[in-house]
Amino acid sequence: MTSLSRDDVAKLAGLARIEMSDEELVALSNEFTVILDAVARVQEVASADVAATSHPLPLRNVFRPDVVIPSLSPADALSGAPAQEEQRFRVPQILGEE
Amino acid sequence: MIRNSASEMAAKLASGEITSVALTQAHLDQISAVDTDVHAFLHVDTQGALAQAAAIDAKRKSGEKLSPLAGVPLALKDVMTQKGIPTTCGSKILEGWRPPYDSTVVANLKKNDIVILGKTNMDEFAMGSSTENSAYGPTHNPWDLTRIPGGSGGGSAASLAAFEAPLAIGTDTGGSIRQPAAVTGTVGVKPTYGGVSRYGLVAFSSSLDQAGPCARTVLDAALLHEAIAGHDPKDSTSINAPVPAVVAAAKSGNVKGMKIGVVKELNGDGYQKGVRNRFEESLELLAAAGAEIVEVSAPNFEYALAAYYLIAPSECSSNLARFDAMRYGLRVGDIDGASAESVMNLTREVGFGREVKRRIILGTYALSSGYYDAYYGSAQKVRTLITQDFNKAFEIADVLVSPTCPTTAFKIGEKANDPLAMYLNDIATIPVNMAGIGGMSLPSGVAEEDGLPVGFQIMSPVMKDDRMYSVGAALEAALLSKWGAPLLSTIPALAGSK
Repeated sequence: MTSLSRDDVAKLAGLARIEMSDEELVALSNEFTVILDAVARVQEVASADVAATSHPLPLRNVFRPDVVIPSLSPADALSGAPAQEEQRFRVPQILGEE
Repeated sequence: MIRNSASEMAAKLASGEITSVALTQAHLDQISAVDTDVHAFLHVDTQGALAQAAAIDAKRKSGEKLSPLAGVPLALKDVMTQKGIPTTCGSKILEGWRPPYDSTVVANLKKNDIVILGKTNMDEFAMGSSTENSAYGPTHNPWDLTRIPGGSGGGSAASLAAFEAPLAIGTDTGGSIRQPAAVTGTVGVKPTYGGVSRYGLVAFSSSLDQAGPCARTVLDAALLHEAIAGHDPKDSTSINAPVPAVVAAAKSGNVKGMKIGVVKELNGDGYQKGVRNRFEESLELLAAAGAEIVEVSAPNFEYALAAYYLIAPSECSSNLARFDAMRYGLRVGDIDGASAESVMNLTREVGFGREVKRRIILGTYALSSGYYDAYYGSAQKVRTLITQDFNKAFEIADVLVSPTCPTTAFKIGEKANDPLAMYLNDIATIPVNMAGIGGMSLPSGVAEEDGLPVGFQIMSPVMKDDRMYSVGAALEAALLSKWGAPLLSTIPALAGSK
C-alpha cells in the first residue's frame, strides 16, 4: 500500500503552486491512500515489453508556412488582464531584490 | 415548437413556416420558465442570440443559400471560448473572463448560422461525472430534479431534455458527452480524436479531450457533427482527412450484414438490472434489423479506469499551470511587496475547487521523479494494451457496443464525498478516449426499477464515425416503432414548462 503523508502532500501542493490549509492537506493525504491503491493496478500489466502510448494519433511535428496573419490587438490581448500598465501585463515581483 | 427535433425545426425555417427569431425567442422563454429549477445555463446571451437569429432571417429572405441547420438554436458548453461572452469552465478562477477570440467550434457554428443561446454548466474544468463540481452550483436532471444530469457536460445534456435547446456542444475526455446523454435520455457523440478542432477548447487532458455534438435524435447529432468537424490548421492534432459521411449514415440507418461486437467485459457485475435489460433488448432489435451480434473480449479494459486516473490528472497538472493569475482570470493577494509565487499560490487556492486540486496534486505526484515510471509510464503502457484490444475486436466486428454507464442517474450528493465511487461512472466510456476512437450514446429506454433513462453505447474505429451513426439510427428507428413516440415525450413536465 502506497501512502502520502501530510508533509508529502504539502510538498506536492508547493510544486503545484496551491496554498493549502492543514485540514485540506490531511484530508487529501487520507484520500490518496485509497486513490493510489486503485490506480497502482496499472503496474500489474505494464511489463517491460509493452510500448508506451502518449497520444492516440501517430503524430510527427506539424509545420506550416511562416506567413504573417492578423493577430490579437494589444487591447484585446490585455482585455482580461488582472492589472496592466503601459500596454503591458502588470505582474507581482518575480525576481528577488538584489 | 420547442419539442421538435432540430431537423424538423430546420425544415420549418426553410419553408418559411417559422422564423429564427421566433424559434430563438421560444427557447429563451423556455429557459426563463424552467432554468431556475434545472440550472443548465451559466450565461444566457439573449441579445446576441436574437441579433444572430434576425441576421439569419434577413439572409434567408434575401434568397441566400443557407446551411442545413441555419437558424436553429444551440447551447454551448462553457469550456469553449466565444468572443466577448463569459467563459468560466465552471471555475471561480475564470469568473468574469470574456475571451478575446472564438474557438474553431464556435467559428464553425457561426459560419453555419447556428444560433448560440448561451453557455452551459459543467463540472469545473470538465473534471467530474455529475456537474456537482461546478463552482456555480449543480445542474438538476430534468427527469428528476433531485438527481444528477451526468457530467461533466450535465448542463448541455439537461438543456436538451428540458427543451431549452434542440442542439448542444459537449466535450468528452472520459465520457463527459456520453454519460450525461445516457442519464438524461438524449444522444451524445464523441467523434474520433482529432475529428473536431480543439482550438479554443480550454484544455483538461489534451491527448483525450474531444468536442462533439449533443442532440435529441441521431440525425440531429449527425447534422451538428458535420457542421463542427473538419481539419483545422490551428490544432496540430486535428486530422487532415475528409469528415466521415455521418449524415448519410444517419439517414440510411442500414445495419444489414453488419457485425456488432458485444464487449464481454463491459457488462455484468456492477451494472444495474434495468441497464442490462435495456441493453439485451437493444441487441435483439439490432439483430432483427439484420445485424449479426458477436461477442468480443477486451481483457485490458479492466485497467482503463486506473490508467485514466493517472493520465488525465498528469496532463491536467501541466495544462492548468496556465492559470497563474498573471494574464487573465482571478488574482488574489496582490498586495504591495507580494511575490508572484505567493500570488499564484493564493489565487489557485481560492480559484480551484476540491476535485481540481485533487487531480492536480495526483498528477504532480504521478509525474514526479522517482514515481514517473511506476505511475504515468505504466498508465501509458496500459493505453497501448487497450488500443490493441480494440484493434483485435475490430478485426471481428464493425462496431462494438455496451451499456453507456453501469447505473441510471444517482441522487445529487450521493457520491460527492467518495471520489472512487464517482470515477466508476465512466468505466465503460473511458476505453474509447484512451484509444482515440469514436463513441456514441443514445437512449434505449428506462430502467424498470426507477423509471430513469438508460444509454446504449456504440464504438467505431478511428475515422469510421459513420458506422456508429448507422447503428444508432437503426436502433433509434426500431425503438421508436416499438414505443410509438420518442422517449423524451414521456419525461415528467417541469413546472412552468412551455
